[in-house]
This record gives sequence, structure tokens and C-alpha cells, in this order.
Amino acid sequence: MTSKLHIAVSALALGVAAGAHAADVPDDVTLAENQAYTFWLLDGIPSLDPQINTTVEGSDVLRNLFEGLYNEDGQGALVPGVATEHTVSDDERTYTFILREDAVWSNGEPVTAADFVYAWRRLVDPATASEYAWYMELMQVENAAAVVAGEMAPEELGVRAVDDHTLEVTIENPLPYFPQMLVHASTFPVPQAVIEEHGDRWTRPENMVGNGAYTLTDRVIGERVVMEKSDTYWDAENTVLTELTGLIINDTNQALTRYLAGELDRVDIPPGQYPRLAEEYPDQAISVPENCSYTYIMNVGESGPEALKDPRVRKALSYGIDRDIIVDRILQGGQTSAYTWTHTSVAGFGAPEIDYAEWSQQERMERAAELLAEAGYGPDNPLELRLQYNTDEAHKRLAIAASQMLKPLGVNLILDNYEWKVHLSRMQNQEFDMARYAWCGDYNEASTFLNLFASYSGHNNGEFFNDAYDAAIEESKTAQDPLPLYQEAETILAEEMPIIPVYHYAQVFMLEEDMRGWPMENVQQTWYGKDMYRVAE
Amino acid sequence: MLTYILKRLAVAIPTLLLLIVVSFVLMHSAPGGPFTAERELPPEVLANLNAKYGLDAPLWRQVLNYVWGIVAHFDFGPSFVYKDRSVNEIIAQGFPITLTYGCLSFLVAVTVGVSLGIAAAIRQNSWLDYAAVGVSIGAQVLPNFVMAPILVLVFTLWLGWLPGGGWQGPEYWILPVVALSTSFMASIARITRSSMLEVLTQNHVRTARAKGLPERRVILGHALKPALLPVISYLGPAFVGMITGSVVVDIYFSTGGIGKAFVDSALNRDYAVMMGVTILMGALTILFNLVVDILYGWIDPKIRY
Amino acid sequence: MVGQAEKIEAVAERLGARAGGGRSLWADARRRFLRNRAAMAGLAILVFVALFALCGGFFAQWSNEELDYMVMGQVAELGGPSLETGHYFGTDDLGRDLFARTVQGTQISLAVGVIGALIACVFGTVYGATAGYVGGRTDGIMMRLVDIFMAVPYMFVLILLLVMYGRSITILFIGVGMISWMEMARIVRGQTLSLKGREFIEAAQATGVPGPVIIARHVVPNLLGVIAVYATLLVPLMILTESFISFLGLGVQEPLTSLGALISEGAGTIAYGTMWQLGFPLLFFVLTLFGFFFVGDGLRDALDPKDR
Repeated sequence: MTSKLHIAVSALALGVAAGAHAADVPDDVTLAENQAYTFWLLDGIPSLDPQINTTVEGSDVLRNLFEGLYNEDGQGALVPGVATEHTVSDDERTYTFILREDAVWSNGEPVTAADFVYAWRRLVDPATASEYAWYMELMQVENAAAVVAGEMAPEELGVRAVDDHTLEVTIENPLPYFPQMLVHASTFPVPQAVIEEHGDRWTRPENMVGNGAYTLTDRVIGERVVMEKSDTYWDAENTVLTELTGLIINDTNQALTRYLAGELDRVDIPPGQYPRLAEEYPDQAISVPENCSYTYIMNVGESGPEALKDPRVRKALSYGIDRDIIVDRILQGGQTSAYTWTHTSVAGFGAPEIDYAEWSQQERMERAAELLAEAGYGPDNPLELRLQYNTDEAHKRLAIAASQMLKPLGVNLILDNYEWKVHLSRMQNQEFDMARYAWCGDYNEASTFLNLFASYSGHNNGEFFNDAYDAAIEESKTAQDPLPLYQEAETILAEEMPIIPVYHYAQVFMLEEDMRGWPMENVQQTWYGKDMYRVAE
Repeated sequence: MLTYILKRLAVAIPTLLLLIVVSFVLMHSAPGGPFTAERELPPEVLANLNAKYGLDAPLWRQVLNYVWGIVAHFDFGPSFVYKDRSVNEIIAQGFPITLTYGCLSFLVAVTVGVSLGIAAAIRQNSWLDYAAVGVSIGAQVLPNFVMAPILVLVFTLWLGWLPGGGWQGPEYWILPVVALSTSFMASIARITRSSMLEVLTQNHVRTARAKGLPERRVILGHALKPALLPVISYLGPAFVGMITGSVVVDIYFSTGGIGKAFVDSALNRDYAVMMGVTILMGALTILFNLVVDILYGWIDPKIRY
Repeated sequence: MVGQAEKIEAVAERLGARAGGGRSLWADARRRFLRNRAAMAGLAILVFVALFALCGGFFAQWSNEELDYMVMGQVAELGGPSLETGHYFGTDDLGRDLFARTVQGTQISLAVGVIGALIACVFGTVYGATAGYVGGRTDGIMMRLVDIFMAVPYMFVLILLLVMYGRSITILFIGVGMISWMEMARIVRGQTLSLKGREFIEAAQATGVPGPVIIARHVVPNLLGVIAVYATLLVPLMILTESFISFLGLGVQEPLTSLGALISEGAGTIAYGTMWQLGFPLLFFVLTLFGFFFVGDGLRDALDPKDR
């Protein structure tokens, strides 16, 4: 057992002893009478099945209905969930988790290691057809890839219930951030008996059995999701909020209006409105870094336009986009200009020195013009490219701005607005020149970003194939200190420029003044209703 | 009369079949499918899913299976996106909502519109007439997607009288109904007014007046029925407009109705839900047109079937 | 609006009765139209809107796609209507000139309305005239088909079409045109049936003039009045339809815009102190619709006078 990991484990054990979890209400605070929390959902959540869900909003709800091995606290550090602690074998490939004995399902059955085994196998089983099956591959759980590909039975997956309260996981390579990945909703346990009884319909409010701090009481598609405090949750005693309600409002402006009218306790701020709201409601308007990056992917593969096969052109396009204007004048919500793909607030990540990040926009434009001229393009031989984005007001604005910013360089960007499914399908069939894309880290570690542009990645729609990049990513997976390798990968991205990093997200939202416990310092924004409470004003 | 109705209903069957086939073909030729995801699914998994939902069969076969499911079991299939719901359930959840605010809007639009129109016609060139005409001209062309946010701003944020969305009780019905009915109400008022003015000059009304009948009876007993004819022929387009408007209402007021379900299903390629809603709307349109025609015949005895 | 079908039929009947007859009908109609104040006002409005759409561009200080970096980011404070900045109608949230965009949006909206209505009329007329002229079983089948098409929820089909073919303006034209041809086809067929028995048609038939020529030469010209009325009343409907499509985000592709797209953008931001973003496009939208309604009503009344 290596010392580094051992310390982490001890810290966890200590955390349990001190009881530093759940709503951490200071003694001098008077709780409000009303402990209901109403939050905003942009869209209906397609599935409340942990292994089927793919959306961030879905995960938000699932974290309250189910509980995985570990949770995150307000700073993003791991705190015990169903697991109280774990040990790691000397070869760093076998994790043994000790599960708490007082964890029960909402139907009274105990939560056991077998429930995790069932859920994890279910995730990779081709019969489940989960879109997130690859997450288990990412976790490097033994045989995950083979099971997903249908070459092995799900039972071969490297996860085993030693006894009811001991779970053993074998991974293929040492993975320093493995425990961090267990916060993800797709690893949550699910009740086998219930699923077998009800099939796909087990997630309906009348059937669902969960092990989280809340239970699902109502779900009206297109209208609301309601969760009530669960008395069977092991830490119900310290759970303060009694009811969580997610209201579906498809229009961001409408959602803000209804927040201001007092119908919601939390809502996202539409682009451009933060400065005004921050002035008007300084105690409610909040902007904190969020672990997502926004980019324009370029199609550098076979079917892509000739011009984009030239790194000089790609660089010129990237230099030509004035990110400061985008974040300061259009989004205006504390987002930051991006010159690296990985969000700069990601734990343990430090951006390498990227030359053009330091230049002024004027320098970038000059350099871009030179590069384009070298490549044979310019105002007399204009470059025509199509930029596609999916239907959304904010994406539209950025695309328009980008096309105008590139115009002086003699680049004519034609905008293509597609709805999401068409956008995806065109990207996956390499039917694009440039396409908008964004990624939110599945966990707080740089690999969740950088893996995307490895040549074998299922997300690498621009077909950027680079051996040095692949090597760096491959090596980082087992490296004791992966940071230099991440930096190398980022440097390659800046040199080859297969994607144009545009900005790093900030979570920009309004939160009622009396709400406490929102994880402001956690870039993953993994909030748990059980950690929050309302104070009396 | 009965044979007429039966004949009309018989036309409904080929209509719905055509609708099914056209929608099926359009839907399947659109890029992207229900399982298009940010990360492409492995081919085996995709094959599994396609088999599970019967998408591996040739298109004509799928159409047949689909139609058979409806005819034999009244089963519109499972939702591809909301995996724990069947299309029947999704419609059963959303349709009553849409029906509630749709019917209320219809009622409001017709009663208020007709009354306003009559009042304006009787007091032609009075302040009431000008006000009614002015308001209805304006309201007629104000799109409901402009109306909705304004209503919420005024009645929810500024006045705080009504909830800005959701579907939890009668107070939640008011704003959607106002947003949906206003432009139709205005149109109906305008149509009623002008047809009333026309009817009032006709001989039988003049005769009734000459006989010394009280004005009230002249209007209600003699003028109203013929004056309503154009209103009734407007109901068909109004109905179609309401269906369209329900999409706006669902989006702005998060009512959970069927209009949004349709748009979502089209965008998500949730084939089954889309088909279900399209068929429902097609059937309703047919039914409604039939009702309008019967009403028309009842009011205007000149029409024979 | 479309519900005025039976009134249009009245027009059609009247015109049909005088088919082949002299020009006094048209002269009468023109006189009546010129005397109708609402219709003349409508016409004036339409001329104004058309001039705005055609020539507004010459007055614009900015193009419809340029970003004004001076204003961007502080649109509520600096982006209002102003002669000084050259943004007569203010700017949108990106700092683009709303005057230029309104001009351009009006062009698209008018184009969609007019071309959509034309498509509906041409198709409906050809279809209806053919069914009526050929008659018999063909007529039966063709009209049954119309019944069937009438029951299709078009908005849904249009959404499907736009999803399928992307944001193509051609699809938009055809799509909105397709929604409204059936009613036209019905009216035209009815008129054709009654014209068919008339002597000038029979004379043409007797001299061996082929069917399509008879339809084109003798039937359609006699229906022009109906078509004109119907088309004028259809245009605003097409514009309304387009605005709904734009609201769903399925409208024309940026940097092009339409009044509907501008309104739906403006309606989203009414609470943020940028009312001009809704106000100006809405003004032109409303003016255009009024213009067409008034002119359409005026035309109908002119061609179908009743004692008032």
C-alpha cells in the first residue's frame, strides 16, 4: 500500500469518526420554519435510472435519490457515502470498500455489496445498452471493455461482493483518481429485486426504491419532479431540507422571472444578465467556476475541408477569436477565456505555458494573418468554412460573434444551426467543418477532458489522430504525477490546434439568501439536498 | 344526417393511415435517431436497442406493426426516451392538461368574443365599438409567444397575483388560457361584429323590428343565429391555431401538456411519442371539423348533406 | 382570416356569374376599393412597409451583421435607439444594428408571406381547376384527397420537415405554402364546376381546344378575383406561421433574420430594459399584418358588395 493513498484513506476514516457530513448546521443558526427547496430544471429528465441517465441535471436529481460509495463535500473532497473507508492493495489494483451497516433501501432492505455488483454489471451489460457503459472502462474496472463489447459475460467484470458489507473492485491499471470517480451517478447501486419486478418501469414514483436521502414522490413529464426526505436514510437525522422540487421551465428568461417572483430558490442566470443582477441582488447573484469547457471542434480528418488539414490555418482561426470579448461582453458571468481544453480550476491541473494566451488580441490577429497568408489564404483568397451549432440562444450569439471576429482575416464563416440530434449525427459522421462542443468533467481531474481527444476516443469527432498525444494520455493513466503529461497533451493541442478552446464555464446563478450548504467551492457543483438548509431571516 | 356522419368518419381511417405513413417516412429520414448520443453507442449495443424497439425491421414492416399495435391493443408503443412510460401514459398525462386549457380558451374566446362583437355591432360607432375594434385588432396580431412573457412579467412578477407556470390547480390555468385565447377572441369579436352588422340590415331583422319586437329579442331571436355562421366557419382554423398555440403555452408556462411533448419528441426522435401525438391531433382535427360542419348545418338550414 | 371562406365563395359566385362578361365589374370594384378608407389605409401601410423593406437598407449606418463593440456588453445602457450612434432602432444583445436587422427581417417575412401565399394559390388553383374541369371519378378522388389533407396537423408536419431538411428557406416557403392550398382548391373546384356548363367553355370544347388550355385560358382568368382576395388574406397567416417557426428556433439561418425571429428574441428580454428589441420589430410585424388584413377585407368587399 503506498503511503499517499493510505493517508487519503485514513482521512476518510477520520471524517466518519468526526461525523463531518450531512447538513453541517452551526449551533448559533436558527433554522427556518420552511425547509423546502425548489430548483430549476431546463428540461425534463429523460431517465431517473442511474445506469441510463446521461445528463448533468439528471445526475443532480439522482444524487438525492441514491447514494454511491462516496459523496463530495462542499469543497469537492470525498466524504463517506455507503462506503465508510477503503483499502488499496500493494499493486494498487484492488480496492476493498467497507460498506456501512446502517444503509438501507427505502423499502427497508439493507444496502449490500451485492447491490453495487448488480448495478455495475448492469451498467456494462450490452443488454442494458447504457450510453455510459464506457464510464466503467474509464474507471478501468477489469474486463469492462470486453463486457461492453459483448465479448465477455457481465459476471466477468472485476467487481465482487466479499460479504454483505465488503466490496472488492479490481482495476486494470493503478488509477490515482479512482475513488474520485465513484461519485458519478452511473456507479450508484440499484435494487435488483425491484428492477426485476418492474423492468423499465421501476423508476416510476410508485415503484422506485432508492437508498438516498430523498425518495421520489412525483414526476410529471414537462412539469416537475418532487422528492421528499427519506426516513430510512442512514443519516436522516442530520438531513434538514424536507422537500426538493425541480420545476421544469424551458425558457431561461422565464425561469429568471419566476425566480424573481419567488417561485424558485435557485435558477441559472441567462448570458449577459449577471452584472445587472449582481448589482441589484448582491446577496443572491453568484458566479463560481464550473468544471466545463466550451470549444469549436475542427474536422481535421479525411472528410474535412482541405484548409483545416493545415495546422497553420487552424491556429489562425483560433487566434482570430477574441475570447475576452466573448467572456466579458457577451457571457458576462465570470466565465474565463480558454487557451487550454482542461478547465483551469480542475483539481491538480496547472496550465502549461501557451504562447498565444499571453499575446494581446492585436498580436494574435497579426500572427493569424501571417499564418493564413503562409497557407495561401487571405482577403484576396478568402477561406470559406461552415460553423455548426445546436439550437440555443447562447450558442447562436457566440457563433455570430466568432464569424464576425474572423471576418477581418478573410475567413467567411457560414453559420449552420441544427437541432441537437442532427448536430450530433453530423458530427459523428464527420459532416462538418467546425462544430460547437462543450464538455463537463465527469469527475474533478484533468483526464476527464483530455481523454476526449485521444485517437480512440468516442468523442473525437474531428478525427484528430496524434501519436504523441495518445502516448501522453496513455502514460498519464499510470503515472505517479500525471501533471507534466497533461501539460504535454495541452501543449500538443495548442500546437496542432484541432480544437479552438473558447471559454471555461462558470456556474452563474441566483440562490435565495437564506439557503446554506450549496457547494460553492466544488467545481463539479455536485450538490446534495441533505447538505443544505434554510436559515431563519 | 347519420349516414353523412358515418361517411365522414369513414374518411378518417385513410386520413389517419396516410398521416401515419407520411410521419413515419419523414421521421425516419431525418438525420439522427432516438439513440443518437453524444458518444456513439457501440454497434452491438445499438443493434440490441434497435431490436428491442423493433427498429431493425424494414420500414413497411414497422409501419404495419405499429398500426397493428394500435388496432389490436390500442397500444401506441413505449417511449424511446422516457423509458419508464408508454406513449399511452405520456398522452394520458399531457392530454387532459392540454384539453383543459384548450377547452377553457375556446370557451372564453367564443363567449367573450361573440359578446364583444355583438355589443360593438349594436352600439356601432360608440366608444364601446371603437374600443372593442381597437383592442381586438391589436390582440389579433399579437403572437402568443409575446403575450406569454408579458403576462408573466405583469401578473407574476409585478403584481404577484398568479403563479407564472406549473399545473397544480385552477389558479394555474388563468395565464395559459388568457395567453392562448386572446388572439382568437379578438378575431371572433371582429368577425361577429361585421357579420352582425350585415345581418342587422337584412329583411327578416328589419321585419322583426318593424313588428315592434324588443331589441333584445330581435338580436337574440333573429339576428344571432345567422350572424354566427362566419364565426363557426372560423372555429376550424381557430382549433388548428390552438393546437399550435399549445406548444407556446407548454413552453412558457411549463404546464406539462401535449404540445411540448410533441416538439420534444420530434427533436429527440422519440418516434413513438411523436406518432402518438400526431395521430391524436389528426383524429381531433377530423372530429372537430365534423362537429363544425354539423353545427353549420344546424344553424344554416340551407345546407343539405 | 381563413375563416372567411364562405365570404370568398360569395365573391367567387358573383364573379362566376359575370364570367366572360365585360370589364365594368373590375371598374366597379376598383371604385369601391378606392372609396374604402380602411382598405386605402391598409394599402398605404403596405406601401410604406414595402418601401421600408426595399429602401431601408440605404439609410442604415450599419450592416445587419456587424457587431458594435462599443455597445456590446452594455446594451441596456448604450444600445438604445439613437441618432448619434447610428442605431436608429437600437441594437440587439450582440450590438448588431436593429434598424438594419428589422429591414432585413421585414424582407424575409414579406418574402415568406408572399411566396408562401403564391405557392398555395397556384397549387390550389391548378388542383381545384383540374379536379373541377375533369370531373367524374378523378374529381371524386382528388377531392377526397383534399379532405384527407385537411385533417393533417400541418404545424407538426412542418416541424418535421424543417427538422429533416435543416433550416432551408426553400423548405420554409414550400412548407407554409403547403399548409393552405386545400381551401383554395375547394373554392376553385366549385367555381370551375359551375363555369364548366357555360357556353364559352362549351364552345371552346367544341372547337377541340385541349383541356389544360381551356383551364388556363378560360377558367383561371375568371377566378382571378377570388384568388386575389384569398392570397391577400393568406399572406398574414403565412407570416404568423413563420413567426411561430422562428420562435421554435427552426426559422431562417443567421445572420439572416425574420420579423418573427426578432420578435421572439425581443420578447425573451423584455424584463431586461431593452424594450426596443421587441418594440420596433413588433411594430413592423403588426403594420404588415394590418396592411394585409385591411387590403384583403377591402378587396373582398369591393368584389362582393353588399348593402351596408
